[in-house]
Amino acid sequence: MHQLAQRVQDTFPVGFVSSTEWRGDVSVTVTREKIHEVAQFLHDDPGMDFDYIIHVSSVDWPDDEDRFEVVWEFYSIRKRQRIRLKTRVPESDCIVDSLTDIWKGADFMEREVYDMMGIRFRNHPDLRRILMPDDYTEGYPLRKDFPLRGKGWRDTFDFLDEVPR
Amino acid sequence: MAFEDQRTTVYKVDPEHPESESLPTLRTEELLLNMGPQHPSTHGVLKVILELEGERLVKSTPVLGFLHRGVEKLAEDGTYHQFIPHTDRLDYVCAMYNNFAYCRAVEKLMNLQVPDRAEYLRTIVAEVQRIIGHQFWLGTQALDIGAMTVFFYCFRDREILLDWFDELCGARLTTSWYRIGGVERDFTPSLLDKLKKFLDYFPPKIDEYIVFLETNRIWVARTKGVAVISAEDAVSFGLSGPTLRGSGVDYDLRKYEPYSAYPKCEFSVPVGKNGDTYDRYWIRVMELYESVKIIRQCLEQMQEGPIMADVPSVTLPPKERVFTNLESMIQQFKLFSQGFNAPPGEIYCGTEAHKGELGFHIVSTGGGKPYRLKIRAPSFIHMGAFDYMSRGYMIADAITLFGTYDIVMGECDR
Repeated sequence: MHQLAQRVQDTFPVGFVSSTEWRGDVSVTVTREKIHEVAQFLHDDPGMDFDYIIHVSSVDWPDDEDRFEVVWEFYSIRKRQRIRLKTRVPESDCIVDSLTDIWKGADFMEREVYDMMGIRFRNHPDLRRILMPDDYTEGYPLRKDFPLRGKGWRDTFDFLDEVPR
Repeated sequence: MAFEDQRTTVYKVDPEHPESESLPTLRTEELLLNMGPQHPSTHGVLKVILELEGERLVKSTPVLGFLHRGVEKLAEDGTYHQFIPHTDRLDYVCAMYNNFAYCRAVEKLMNLQVPDRAEYLRTIVAEVQRIIGHQFWLGTQALDIGAMTVFFYCFRDREILLDWFDELCGARLTTSWYRIGGVERDFTPSLLDKLKKFLDYFPPKIDEYIVFLETNRIWVARTKGVAVISAEDAVSFGLSGPTLRGSGVDYDLRKYEPYSAYPKCEFSVPVGKNGDTYDRYWIRVMELYESVKIIRQCLEQMQEGPIMADVPSVTLPPKERVFTNLESMIQQFKLFSQGFNAPPGEIYCGTEAHKGELGFHIVSTGGGKPYRLKIRAPSFIHMGAFDYMSRGYMIADAITLFGTYDIVMGECDR
């Protein structure tokens, strides 16, 4: 196990779920309840020192019990190391702690995840849609059950029958 | 810091004044102003709702998404090769960098080694694209703030490079020249000649831009001390590229995680001090000199060799062979219709584009299509700091702010 993942496991024996290292990317999965604590640890601990947030992403796994996966990517400018933090969120209770109080940049990134995947963030200061219109009611576009061509009012179009010759 | 002093001052009638009863009371109210989505200096379709107190910005709320095309959703429906032309349409003024960042990400996923010559070609073209990007930025930023001449000078020189791109790949803007595992075609002798001529021609022109701007008092007054952000805040917001380096953080992936031919070149990364618009301008102009330096070194070091990795299950066959050789044609057809078989896994790969860190996060479950592809677009993340950086400045400084990030809405809204 990579030493960064090892330290997370040692510090959070309860919240730690698994870790992988593939193509040089270290990735740590923790439980949803511990996400804010782990993030705070990654940011504050001098050995970790992840002061730079790269992006927040989300993955939809419709067949799994906990359907959604939220992915954060952090970088440490002083230590020049990166880590990926992941957690799983069930569809029935689709909410996870916001990290906007630790990294200010998480604001827009989390709004995008909410907009695209429908995952809500607890304690987010302004959780609104960001790329889709505010009054968009057709669902969350990046979910796997959202058709590629979109849905909603387009489906209600009447198609003209073939013109008789 | 000057930032604090410029916060809102409310103008009120003095109640202590002996004649305060008879003085007219000033009606004060906050004014909401919609800027955009059709404003010429928002560089695309971006709306910002400005809350004003007099002429001071109290709060600004960016409204994004006018150019949202669902590129990430489209990626899930096409093969890895098919997505390259989509990346052109992200940051449509600097398509080469998007191709580069995307191809690097897929190469990391596939664990591909790119041949040496291809790495040099990629670096040269990326740096040419950086010059184009910075020229475009400098021209439009100066035009927005009111220095018109520089715009014409920058676009005149940019035109030379766009014509060079045209000769290289047949397109000026949406280039799609990079391929997974290499590049589409090699430089011709004529292209090399033209590039060398440009390298001699260009540095004196940069001096010219500088003279035009730094002797312009209006321009200096509108950039110095405007849109200041401290290093700590800039890092916390996830800013990158010249926007972050202007605040004194030397975060540059070309140095931090060297890739392509950058480790073999000597160049320096300019870093600012004050974190204002002027410093960011200075960094971008200095990067023009550095880019010229990098291209010169690459041209000297470059050796003959293949321009595409030889992994038939992933990389495309040379175009000449596709039309004459049956196996190559089958290879090309299969790669484009079914794609290659990517291993299951998850990667993130960031590339230092001229705007900042352009990254791709790819989740693969095997098969020819990405399961999920997330684009880390610097423009989008820079817009996240807009409200924070605009508070307390004058309404005219909002224009400077749009420019100082170097935003392109195609990338911001994806």
